[in-house]
Amino acid sequence: MSDAATVKLTRSFVTPEGVDLRLQLADAGQRAGAFLLDAAIMIAVLVVASLLIGLLGVGALAAAGLKGGEVIAVLWLLGFFLLRNFYFIGFELTAAAATPGKRIMGLRVAARDGGRLRPGPIFARNAMRELEVFLPIALLFSPGVEGGGGVEGWMYFLGLSWAGVFVFFPLFNKDRLRAGDLIGGTWVVRAPKRKLIRDMADEGAERLLRYDFTPAQIDAYGAKELHVLEDVLRQRDRRTMRAVADRIAGKIGWVRGASEDDYDFLSAYYAALRKRLEARLLMGVRRRDKHDA
Amino acid sequence: MIDVKVDGRLKSQRFRQEREADWRRLERLIDKVEKGAMSSLSDEEILAAPVLYRSTLSSLSVARATSLDRGMIDYLETLSARAYFFVYGSRETLRGQLGGFFAQKWPAAVRGLWRETLVSVALLVIGALVAGWLVGQEADWYYAFMPKEMAGGRDPAATTEMLRSTLTGAKNSDGLSAFATFLFTHNAQVALLAFALGFALAVPSAALVLYTGATLGAFLALFISRGLGVEAGGWLAIHGVTELFAVSLAGAAGLRIGWAVAFPGEKSRLDSAAAAGQHAATVMGGVVVMLFFAGLLEGFGRQLIVATPARYAVAAASALIWGLYFYGPRRRAKT
Repeated sequence: MSDAATVKLTRSFVTPEGVDLRLQLADAGQRAGAFLLDAAIMIAVLVVASLLIGLLGVGALAAAGLKGGEVIAVLWLLGFFLLRNFYFIGFELTAAAATPGKRIMGLRVAARDGGRLRPGPIFARNAMRELEVFLPIALLFSPGVEGGGGVEGWMYFLGLSWAGVFVFFPLFNKDRLRAGDLIGGTWVVRAPKRKLIRDMADEGAERLLRYDFTPAQIDAYGAKELHVLEDVLRQRDRRTMRAVADRIAGKIGWVRGASEDDYDFLSAYYAALRKRLEARLLMGVRRRDKHDA
Repeated sequence: MIDVKVDGRLKSQRFRQEREADWRRLERLIDKVEKGAMSSLSDEEILAAPVLYRSTLSSLSVARATSLDRGMIDYLETLSARAYFFVYGSRETLRGQLGGFFAQKWPAAVRGLWRETLVSVALLVIGALVAGWLVGQEADWYYAFMPKEMAGGRDPAATTEMLRSTLTGAKNSDGLSAFATFLFTHNAQVALLAFALGFALAVPSAALVLYTGATLGAFLALFISRGLGVEAGGWLAIHGVTELFAVSLAGAAGLRIGWAVAFPGEKSRLDSAAAAGQHAATVMGGVVVMLFFAGLLEGFGRQLIVATPARYAVAAASALIWGLYFYGPRRRAKT
C-alpha cells in the first residue's frame, strides 16, 4: 500500500462526516485494460448480434420480402448506434458506476468534486470518446495513404499525431484524466472488493502467553518491520521463517530452545510488538521503523 | 495492562472482533446494490445502510489512529468508499430524471447557450452564402462541397428535369424506415463528433458547422440556378429546420467547451471545462432526440408529403414548436 506509485495516485477525499477516504486513482494500465475488455465485449456483442440479425434477415426476406428485410436493417442500424454510444453511458448510470470492463479491473467513475455522479457528466465523458476513440480509428483506416509520401502522406501523419494527442491524454496529467474526464468533471478511482483477511494477532496473542519478552526486546522494531513480519507469517514459508526468526532472535538477544517452533516464536513476537506499538500509538507516538526513535 | 492479562487479546483485536459483524452486514448490502438488485433491498436494509455506513466510517478513523492491523484498515477503506458512493449516490428514478430533463434542464441549457447558438447559426449561414456564391461563379465548385455519395446524382451535370424529379417523394413507402434510421444514426454521430471536437479548442467544431453550411449552400445554389429554388427549399426545410437547428446546437455546445478550455476566466481550467462540459452535455442529450425527429421527418415526412406548400407548413410548424419550447416564456424553475 505504501510504495511510491500508489502514493502518487492517492487523493484525499473527505466525506461530509469529515473522514478522509484516501481514494486511489486508477493508473493508466488499469484504464487501458478496462477499455480493452469493454472493446472486446462490444465487438463480441456486435459480431454475435450481427450474425443473429443476419440469419433473421434471411428468414424475413424469404417470408415477407423487402418489408421484412427493412425491419431487420432498422434493427441492426439502431442496435449498432445504441451499442456504440450508449454501452458506456448505460453501464455507468447504474449503481456500480462502471462498465463490465471497469468492474473486472475494480474501478468506478466518481465525480471529482465528491458530489453525486449525475447523468450529464456521464454523457459528456462518454461523448468525448468520439474524439478519443472513433476519430483516431477512422483516421487510422482512412484511405489516402496509398499514394505514399508527398503532401498527402504528411497530412495523414499530422492528422494521426493530432488525434494521438487525445488518445494518450491520460499519460500527460497526474490525475490520469482523459479528455472525457476533464469535460465531465469526473475521474476513475479504484473500488476493489476486498475481503477482510485474518488478523494475525489472533494466533499471536495466544502464543504470547507462553513467551516473556522484556520491554527492551520488544522495542527493537517499528511499524514497517511489523508489516514485513506480518507478510512472512501470512506466507508461512518454512525457510523464510527460519531466516527471519534467526535474525530477530540475534537482534534482541533471545536464546531459543531446541524444540522451539519458528512460527510460534514469530507469531508471539508479532503480537508483542504490535501490542507495544499500538499502546504507544494511543499516546500519539507513531514509530515508523526501527530507526525512528 | 490488567485486561490484557485476563484474556490475552490485544485492544485492536477486540475492537475488530466486536464490530466485525456490522462491517460484514454492510458489505453484503453493498454487494447486493452493486449487482443491481437495488429493488430487492428491504425497507429495513435501506434504513440500516446509512447507520452502518457511519459506524464503519468511525471504525475506520479509530482504526487508523490506534491499530496496526493493515488488513483491517485496507478493508475498512475500500468498504467505506464503496458505501460512500452508495449512500451519497444518485437515487432518483429514471422517470423523474427524464421528466426533469425535458421539462426544465434541457430548455434551460439551450437558452443558456444562446450566444454560442447565434455564432453557430451565423457560421452555418456564412458557409451557405460563400458556397452558394462560389457555385454561382463557377459550377465546378459544387464538387468541392458536396461529397459524391450525398449528391446522389444531384449535380450540375444533371438536367433540370432530373433535378426536379429528385425533389418529389417516392410514391411507395418501401425502405423508408431503414432510410430514416440511417439518417438519424448518421446525423447523431456527426453531431456528437461536433461536440467532441470542441475539446480541440472549438476550431474543428466551427469548421464542421461551416462545412455543413457550405454543403447546404452549394445544393441550394444549384437548384436556384435552375429555377427550382422554392421547391428545393421545401424539400430541405421540412426536416432541415429541425436538423440544422440541432447541428447548430451541437456546434454551439462544442464552441462552449472549446471556449471554456481556452479561456477559463476566473475559474481554474479544470473547473471551467467541467462546468462547460456539464452544460454542453445536457444540450447534446436533447440534440440526439431532435435528430431522431429530424430523421423521422426526413425519412417519412418528406417522402410522403409531396406538395411544396405542405412541406413549408410542416417546416414552419416545427420552427414554431422548437422556438416556443426553448425560448418561449415559462413558469420559473423550482430550483
